[in-house]
This record gives sequence, C-alpha cells and structure tokens, in this order.
Amino acid sequence: MLKYIGRRLLMLIPVLLGVTFIVFSIMYMTPGDPAQLILGESAPPEAVAELRADMGLDDPFIVQYGRFVKNAVQGDFGKSYTTKRDVFSEIFARFPNTLKLAGVGVALAIAIGIPVGIISATRQYSVLDNVSMIGALLGVSMPNFWLGLMLILFFSVNLGVLPSSGSGTFLHIILPAITLGTGSAAIITRMTRSSMLEVIRQDFIRTARAKGVAEKKVINKHALKNALIPVITVIGLQFGYLLGGAVLTETVFSWPGVGRLLVEAIRAKDTPTVLASVVFMATTFSFVNLLVDVLYAYVDPRIKSQYQ
Amino acid sequence: MSSVSNAAKPVDLDKPKAKNKKRSQWAEVWRRLKKNKMAMVGLAIIGAIVFCAIFADVIADYDSVVIKQNLKARMEGPSAEHILGTDEFGRDIFARMVHGARVSLQVGLIAVGLAIGIGGSLGAIAGYYGGRLDNIIMRCMDVFLAIPSILLAIAIVSALGPSLFNLMLAIGISSVPSYARIVRASVLSIRDQEFIEAARAIGANDFRIITKHIIPNALAPVIVQATLGVAGAILSTAGLSFIGMGIQPPAPEWGAMLSGGRQYLRYAAHITAFPGVAIMITILALNLLGDGLRDALDPRLKS
Repeated sequence: MLKYIGRRLLMLIPVLLGVTFIVFSIMYMTPGDPAQLILGESAPPEAVAELRADMGLDDPFIVQYGRFVKNAVQGDFGKSYTTKRDVFSEIFARFPNTLKLAGVGVALAIAIGIPVGIISATRQYSVLDNVSMIGALLGVSMPNFWLGLMLILFFSVNLGVLPSSGSGTFLHIILPAITLGTGSAAIITRMTRSSMLEVIRQDFIRTARAKGVAEKKVINKHALKNALIPVITVIGLQFGYLLGGAVLTETVFSWPGVGRLLVEAIRAKDTPTVLASVVFMATTFSFVNLLVDVLYAYVDPRIKSQYQ
Repeated sequence: MSSVSNAAKPVDLDKPKAKNKKRSQWAEVWRRLKKNKMAMVGLAIIGAIVFCAIFADVIADYDSVVIKQNLKARMEGPSAEHILGTDEFGRDIFARMVHGARVSLQVGLIAVGLAIGIGGSLGAIAGYYGGRLDNIIMRCMDVFLAIPSILLAIAIVSALGPSLFNLMLAIGISSVPSYARIVRASVLSIRDQEFIEAARAIGANDFRIITKHIIPNALAPVIVQATLGVAGAILSTAGLSFIGMGIQPPAPEWGAMLSGGRQYLRYAAHITAFPGVAIMITILALNLLGDGLRDALDPRLKS
C-alpha cells in the first residue's frame, strides 16, 4: 500500500510541473507591461526599463519560467502588483477559508446525496424516488451564483434570518455552503442511485436474499459497500468542481477566500496573484484526487489485493 | 493471369449496405428517444430557445430596445408593455433575455465544437497509434484535468481579455480533455476488432480507417457528452460574465444581467430572478435531452 502511495506521489510531480507550465504560459500572454503597471502611467521610461531589468522581464520565456518554478518551490510567488505584499502569504491567509467552505459544501453534499440516492434506489419509481430525481435534475441545472442570490433574497432580505456576507460565525457559512454544495449533492445523488441500482441487480445480492439475510443487512452490508466505490471517485472530482465554483460563491457572499482574491486580482491585472491562486487550487485538487485514489485502492478489494 | 486486373480494383463493399444500416440505426435511436417524454420536453424547450436565438432581431430590435437606456423607466416590474419588467437602465428584460439566448447558444455550440474538434482528434490519434504517442497525449490531458475547468477558462480570459471570441476559446480549451478521453476509449474498444484488420487488408490507409470506421463508432458517447457539454458551456459563460470576465456590457448575456441586478436585489429582484430562470430552464432542457440520448444510444438496451 505504501508503495502505491509513494508511486502516486512521484507521478504527481510532473503533473504539477505541467500545471505550472500551462498556467505560467497563459499568464505570460497577458498584454501590457507589468513594470509600467507597478510604477504607474506617469513614470519616466528609464525607471520602467530599469524595473523591467530588475524583475527579469526581458529574459527569454524559459528563463522566466525556470525562475518561477525555482522560487515557487521555496514558497516565493513574488509580490502582488497592486498591494505590493508577498503573494504567498496573502493566499495562505485566505486559503483556510476556501477550504472550510469547500469542506462544508462537500460534507453537505455527501450527507444529503448518499442517503437520498440509496433510498431512491431501494424504492425505485416511488413518489420519493421521483421527487428526488426531479430535485437532483433541478440542482444540477441551477447556476450556483443565482441560487446564492435567491437564497440571500429569501433568507437575508425577506426573512432576515441568515447573514448575507462576511464570515466568522456558524450562521455565516450556512448559505454559502448550501449554494456551493447543491450542485454536487445532486450529482452524488444520481450517481449513488444508479450505482446502487446496478449493484442490486447483481447475482450475489440475489444469493444473499435467497440465503435469508434480512433486507436491511443486504442493502447496508452487501450492496452499499460495492455501490459506494464509484461514488468515491465522483466525490473527488466534485471537490475540483467545488474549488472552481468557490470563485463564484465567494463573490456572491463576499467570503474572504482565495476565489474572491482571484477575481479581484484579475480585475486589477495582478498577474502574480492570479498565477499563484490558480496553481494553488490546482495543486490542492491534485492532492485531493490522490487521497481519493488511495482511499479507492484501499476500499476496493480488487485493487487492494494487487498490493499485498 | 486474369487475377491481375481483378486485384487492381478494390471492391467498395460497404457503401450501399452501410447506408441502409445507418439509416435504420439512427431511425431506431430516434424512435427510442421519442418514447422518452422528458427528453422530448427538453427537445421542445431547446427548439423554442433556438427559435428565439435565430429570430432575436425580429422579436426585439437590438439598438432601440436591447441596449438603449431609458432612465425614466428604470427597474419597473412586469407590466403589459414590458412582459418581464425593465432592468436598472430601463431596458426591457424580455428582449434582453431573447438576445441573450443567441449569445449563450453561440458560445455553447462553438466552444463544444472546438473541444470536439481538438479533443476528438487528439483522442483518436492517441487511441489509434498507442504507445508513446498515446502516453504523451494522455499525460498532457491529465495535466489539463488537474486544473478545475472554470479556473482554466478564467486564466485564459484574464490573459487574453474578455470578449466573445476569447470566451469561446477559453471554454473550448478547458473542455478538450473529456472529449479526448471519450474518443480514445471508443477507439481502443474497436481498434483490435477484425473488421479493422480486414479493412487494412484490402488496402485502406490509416486516415480512411479512422474517418470511415472509428469515428462513427465514437459518435454516440460524443453526442451525449456534447449535449451536456453545451449545458456546461452555457453555465460557464454565465458564471464568467457574472464576475465580469465574459461578454462586456451593454451586450445582453444572462450571467451579466444577473450581475447587474445584484445590487438592486432588495428592491427589484426580478432583474436577477428572470435571467437565472432562463439559464436554469435551458440547462434543464439540455440535461433532459442528454439523459434521453444516453438511454436511447445505450447498446445494452438494444433488444
């Protein structure tokens, strides 16, 4: 098992390098002169040229990229063009907030998605099943930022029950987490349902029932464990979707996370912050996927046996 | 002796039979799709939206109704004159929504078309030739997949600047990996089958094999993914426009309309509510159609 984890960690390195290369290349194409941006419109051309040389902006692309990677590994992502502060510490300060939001969102999605999916599968075509499937369809189709605004309208403006912005107390995270988690909950519900349906039809379930095992045990012990295996992969992928969706949700709720930092940085053409934020989120996503894959290998006996 | 002249002409055995077989294959799929009522509802809704998009200029003239501001009639609720009310600049919301359909569909179709073109080609090449080429291409796709697609699109748009074209490019590029995977999987599943070997034996070159045999086989899952992909592209477009990274004002776009109405949520919620409903209905319809297509094309259900 450790060999598997080690090998996957090793494979992560070229992927992360590739990610930095792609994002760096994209941001490299941004028009405009960063030195001019920092010094302002009225700065004398000599000062701009000097700053360009200092920042190494006249070096060839590969040199600039190499420098970026070398610094990034040491935790130095440069200074923000707008706030002049160290980019890494800015992101690091906000990152726990985004993780908190994504974490609660995923937890909510799982807490709703899996039970509803199981019940839908075991009571296929019942009223509950139909209602859940319609709900799931709506959940997938709703733009999450619109859902956030409608929730604000209903709960904050009309009912005055929940806060619409900021963070800090438990109440503050409810609406953003619901907004972020709804889409994922819908997807997890559908995935769980279809996976359960497939497993229930299989022969070993029929055998268990024929042996006289109580239905509850058949579902919970035999069917569930097998049905949840593909759902785990979906959950991992959903986390990536949540990190992206956090950008919109954080904007709607003024949540102090990396997503909102990213949006503000784009507006201000603050390239180092944009670059670092995207790389940060992609790296997090990669690690989450790694965790999910390890969990998957641990849970699925077919794969587990290969490494023992 | 006579075999020399016979061998010179490759007999094209698959033309007439394939046409009959193809026609009944697609007709069969259509028949199964028609039985799915929800999918038909979805198709009808999409038809209505496409109609709006094509005839947008007939329904509401662009310059005089959609972008002209009328500050005397700001933020009015739904009325006889303005079916869905007016927005923060006094413009008719219904007219803007109709034109917004055109923008959304444009971006959706072109972005997905781009993704299928690039991704499909990469996937076909990777699956067909295998080996190191396959490895390299798929590793590249894995790197792209490590970046959440919205973030990739945001990065591209932030670098190139917000515009309709850059939006299509950004969303298209971020969708490439999924089509590459799908096509590659299809290619792998039939690459080693006997009829491919037979085609090669009678002299078909690689290009012909890929286009005549392998691509039709990959069509089914690609169509399903494309339907859902257009839905995703429309959502991404709205999201990007919402944060100001998409179509620039005064052009009407559903996400941008949502963003504009945000500060007036308390007083004039309809500015935000209606475009959101439009997005939801469109995505819903596409999802229904996509699910229906998936069921209709599923070979396991063939009786």
